[in-house]
Amino acid sequence: MRDITYAQAINEALAYNMEKDPGVFLMGEDIGKYGGIFQVTAGLIDRFGPERVIDTPISEAGFVGAAVGAAMTGMRPVAEIMFLDLTTCAMDMIINQMAKIHYMFGGQVNVPMVLRCPMGTARNAATQHSQSFHAIFVHIPGLLVAAPSTPYDAKGLMNTAILDENPVVFVEHKKLYASKGPVPEEYYTVPFGKAEIKRPGRDITIVATHAMVHRSLTVAEEFAKDGIEIEIVDPRTLRPLDKETILDSVKRTGRLIVADEGQVTCGVASDISAMVAEEAIEYLQAPILRIGSLDTPVPFSTPLEKIFAPDEENVREAINKMKPYL
Amino acid sequence: MEVKMQLSEKEMVGLYEMMVKIRLFEEKIADLNAQGFIPGLVHPYIGQEAVAVGVCKNLRKEDYITSTHRGHGHVIAKGAELKYMMAELFGKKTGYCKGKGGSMHISDIRIGILGAMGVVGSGIPIGVGAALSSKMRKTGQVTVCFFGDGASNTGAFHEGLNLAAVHRVPAVFVCENNLYGISVPQRQHQAIQDISVRAAGYGMPGITADGNDVVAVYETSGEAIQRARLGEGPTLIEYKTYRWRGHHTGDPNQGRRYRPMEEIQEWIKKCPIKRWGETLTEKKLLDEAKIKKIQEEIEKEIEEAVSFAKESPFPDPQDIFEDVYARKGVER
Repeated sequence: MRDITYAQAINEALAYNMEKDPGVFLMGEDIGKYGGIFQVTAGLIDRFGPERVIDTPISEAGFVGAAVGAAMTGMRPVAEIMFLDLTTCAMDMIINQMAKIHYMFGGQVNVPMVLRCPMGTARNAATQHSQSFHAIFVHIPGLLVAAPSTPYDAKGLMNTAILDENPVVFVEHKKLYASKGPVPEEYYTVPFGKAEIKRPGRDITIVATHAMVHRSLTVAEEFAKDGIEIEIVDPRTLRPLDKETILDSVKRTGRLIVADEGQVTCGVASDISAMVAEEAIEYLQAPILRIGSLDTPVPFSTPLEKIFAPDEENVREAINKMKPYL
Repeated sequence: MEVKMQLSEKEMVGLYEMMVKIRLFEEKIADLNAQGFIPGLVHPYIGQEAVAVGVCKNLRKEDYITSTHRGHGHVIAKGAELKYMMAELFGKKTGYCKGKGGSMHISDIRIGILGAMGVVGSGIPIGVGAALSSKMRKTGQVTVCFFGDGASNTGAFHEGLNLAAVHRVPAVFVCENNLYGISVPQRQHQAIQDISVRAAGYGMPGITADGNDVVAVYETSGEAIQRARLGEGPTLIEYKTYRWRGHHTGDPNQGRRYRPMEEIQEWIKKCPIKRWGETLTEKKLLDEAKIKKIQEEIEKEIEEAVSFAKESPFPDPQDIFEDVYARKGVER
C-alpha cells in the first residue's frame, strides 16, 4: 500500500465522491485555484470545474447557509471553513439551522452535508486561527462530529461523512495534514461510532483524539521499555461516540487518561471522563486524568504557544502521575 | 386597480379568497392562542396578506420558499393544508412537523416550503443555497425568500444577496417592510427609506412596490420570478405594508406601546382585502352574497382544521428522541 498524506487522503475521498455523484460539490474560501489554505482541495477545480468547486466570497454564514439549502434540495455539499475559529461567523447556520432542520421539521427533510473545519494550534497563527473548540459541535444534538487522526481514517471517515444523511462537522487537525500513512487506493469507508485501538496495552487506557493519538503513541513506546503497557483508543468520531470500546478498555486496564487538544473545561476530555466515571467507576484503580490545552486564549509567541497546546511532555506527566496506582 | 398581467376572473377571485383564508386563519389562531389551545406565541400576518398571496400566485408547486417567524401567510399561500398547520400549532403529533416545530417552523417540503426559520434573516442564505441547487440541477425552479425590514439589517441578508448575485441564482428576495423591527421603527433601524436601494450594492435590480395592492405584488414579483426562471439572476423587491397586530400575541394593544393608534388606523384603511374586494365588486366579480359564501366556506375549513387538531394526539414522550438524526435505529 502506498503512503499518502492526510490532506491527500481527504482530497482523494472528495474526488472519488464527486466523480461518483454529481450532487457532491465543494464550497469554501480559496478552495479553487489556490487549492484551499491547506491544499486539501488542490487540483479539484481542474478536474471538476468552478461550478462544482466554488470559490465563495468571505462569507461563512452565507456559504454555510447556502450549503444547508442545497443539502435540503437534493445536493450533497462539502463546505470548507478555512479555520475552525471562523465557524463562529456561521454559528447560527450551524447550530440553529444545519443541526436543527431535520428535527424541527419533523423529519421531513435531511441535511446531508459536510462542514470541514481545521483545528489545532500550529505555526504561530495566534488566537483567532489556532483554536480547538470542536467540543461545541459535539455538544449540539443533530450534528455528527468526525475526528480523524490518520490518513487512512481521514479518507474512510470522509467517504462515510459524504454518504451520511446527516450534517457532519469534519474536524481536521492542521498539524496532521502533512503526516503520511498507508491508504488504499480503492474505495473504503470507516464507520462512524467505531473507535479503533491504535495500540493495545494492559496497564493504562489513553483515549486520544487527532494529534494526541500520535503524541500518546510516541510516549507509550517510551514507557513500554519500563514494562508499562499503554492502550491507546482513538474514538475517530466524537458523536457518535463508541462508548463500548472505551469502557471495555477501561475495564481491562482500570486506569484512564483522556487527551484531546481542546480546552479541558467543558471539553471532549471532560465529557469522556464523566461518562467513564458514571458507567465504570467501580473498575477504576486511579483517578481519571485529562489532558488538553491551557485555559487561556491561544498566545502568539513561540515559547508560549509551545506550552499552550498539549504535547508528549503532558502525556508523560500524566502517566508519571498515574504510576503510584500501577 | 389596473390589472396588466393575464389573470382569469377565477384567478382574480382566487387572490381574494386566499387573502381571506389567511386573515381568518390568523384571527382564529389569535383566539385559540388566547384560549390556551395553542401554546407559545404566534406572530400574526394580519394586514400583510397581499404580499404572500401576490407572490405565491406566480410560483409553481415545485418552486421553493423560505419563510420567517411571521410565516403562516407564506405557507398558506404556497399551498399548505390548514389542518396540518393547525395540528402543528397545537403541538400535536399529526402536525406538519409532528409537533416539533410549532408556529415559527412550519414547513411542507413536498410543496417546496423549505420552512420557516425563526432566526431573523436566516432563511436568506438557505434560500440562496436552494436556488444554487436548482441551478446546478437545471430544474427551472425558483426560490423566493420572504423576510422583513428587520432582516435587511442582518449579516445573513448581506452575505446571502451577495452570494446570490455573484452566482446569478434563480432567487427572488421579498422584503416585507412593515415599518417596524419588533418595536423599533424603520427610521431608527436604518438610514434609508426604500430597502430596495440596497440591491444596487449587490448588482441586482431593486424594486419598491405597494405591498397592500395584491395585483401590484403579483405583477412585480411575477416579472422578477420570470427573470429568475430564465436565468437572468436574482431581484430584491421591497413591499411596503403593515402588520395590524402587535409583534406577536404577547405584544398587547396592537403594539401601541411603540406606535400611535392613528397610524394603525391609517393602515387599516388600506386593508389589502378590502381594497381588492372593492375592485372585484366594481368588476362585478364579487358581491355581498359571494363574499359571505367565501367567508363561510373558509370558516368551515378552519373549523375542520381546529377539530382535526383538537382530536389529534399529542406526541408520546419517546417521540422526543425521534428525528434528531436522519437514520432510524442508529444510536447516536
